[in-house]
Amino acid sequence: MAHHEVQITVAPPDKAKIAKLWRVAGILLAVTVVEFIIAFTLPHGPAKTFLFVILTIVKAGYIVGEFMHLRYEVKVLFWAVLVPMIFVVWMLVAFVYEGTKIVTY
Amino acid sequence: MSHTSAAVAPGKSVWDGGVSPMGASYGKLMMWFFLMSDAFTFSGLLITYGLVRSSNPAYEGAASAFTFATTHWPIPEKVFDAVPFLHGVELPLVFVGLMTFILIMSSVTMVLAVEAGHRMDRAAVEKWMLWTIVGGLTFLSCQAWEWTHFILGPGNGGTQVTDFVNGAWITRTIEGANLHENQYGPPAFADFFFFITGFHGFHVFSGVLLNFLIFYNSVTGLYDRRGHYEMVEKVGLYWHFVDLVWVFVFTFFYLV
Repeated sequence: MAHHEVQITVAPPDKAKIAKLWRVAGILLAVTVVEFIIAFTLPHGPAKTFLFVILTIVKAGYIVGEFMHLRYEVKVLFWAVLVPMIFVVWMLVAFVYEGTKIVTY
Repeated sequence: MSHTSAAVAPGKSVWDGGVSPMGASYGKLMMWFFLMSDAFTFSGLLITYGLVRSSNPAYEGAASAFTFATTHWPIPEKVFDAVPFLHGVELPLVFVGLMTFILIMSSVTMVLAVEAGHRMDRAAVEKWMLWTIVGGLTFLSCQAWEWTHFILGPGNGGTQVTDFVNGAWITRTIEGANLHENQYGPPAFADFFFFITGFHGFHVFSGVLLNFLIFYNSVTGLYDRRGHYEMVEKVGLYWHFVDLVWVFVFTFFYLV
């Protein structure tokens, strides 16, 4: 078998970047803990649901922006991914509203 | 950040060819667009859950007096209140919280693997990929337990239902859940549980397989020979997406 050596240069760990990743993880876990506290302290209702949605979007923002690196991509790619999600938001609003008008037995 | 747009001659735009206007490789772009289509699929499932849930009667009354009935939609925290080895102890959403923690942590180890890949650090990629695989398998095991518990029922005697069968009212007990009926609420409740967490669980499963493939290819030195670890990044995008979906499932299925 042909044996050819590949020259690999391993760069040292980027301490600042790794620290930032752990900070993001901390934020995600903290937000989840806050969600837990809200789940057991606030009464059920639209205000609670609204809070949950906001916190979920915060978590989604950190995952997509930092972990998936979208925040640092070219603007065209950033918007190409984000803009179509408007349809999802509208779909959610329309269908949940529609659901309240459906009679079930 | 790492993608500095290539110099474009005056009077020409990045869209005239020769450079990558989105500053990402073909594979990465296709992964993004696949994930968008996948996001629409999951949105379809979760929004249909919202539609059916809002069309079913909600439980009226104090949460402490809640009982299972097929006539109203259950409060999720009353359904998912069991933890392995703690039979009979009411710990609402604790196990789901643990599963969320596991998945977020495996996302962190994945992003650390991607970071190691940028530095061509094969040993670190192997280490973090292995942790990510462990995280994924742990999550799947948790889900297997949760499904088993959901299907068999909590063992509280089930829920009484009265059906009109062959001209007579018949009272019987439903215990556990299947696609046809369940003791927790309307039949659609269990259907959505199986479809939404099942579809997500299948994504986790395929994610673990892909992660293993990446791990294997790192170990055999494929990416060193190739000169870059971009595959780690692409599969990383998929794995983070699986975590992202769980964040939404956690909110819209378990919390709301």
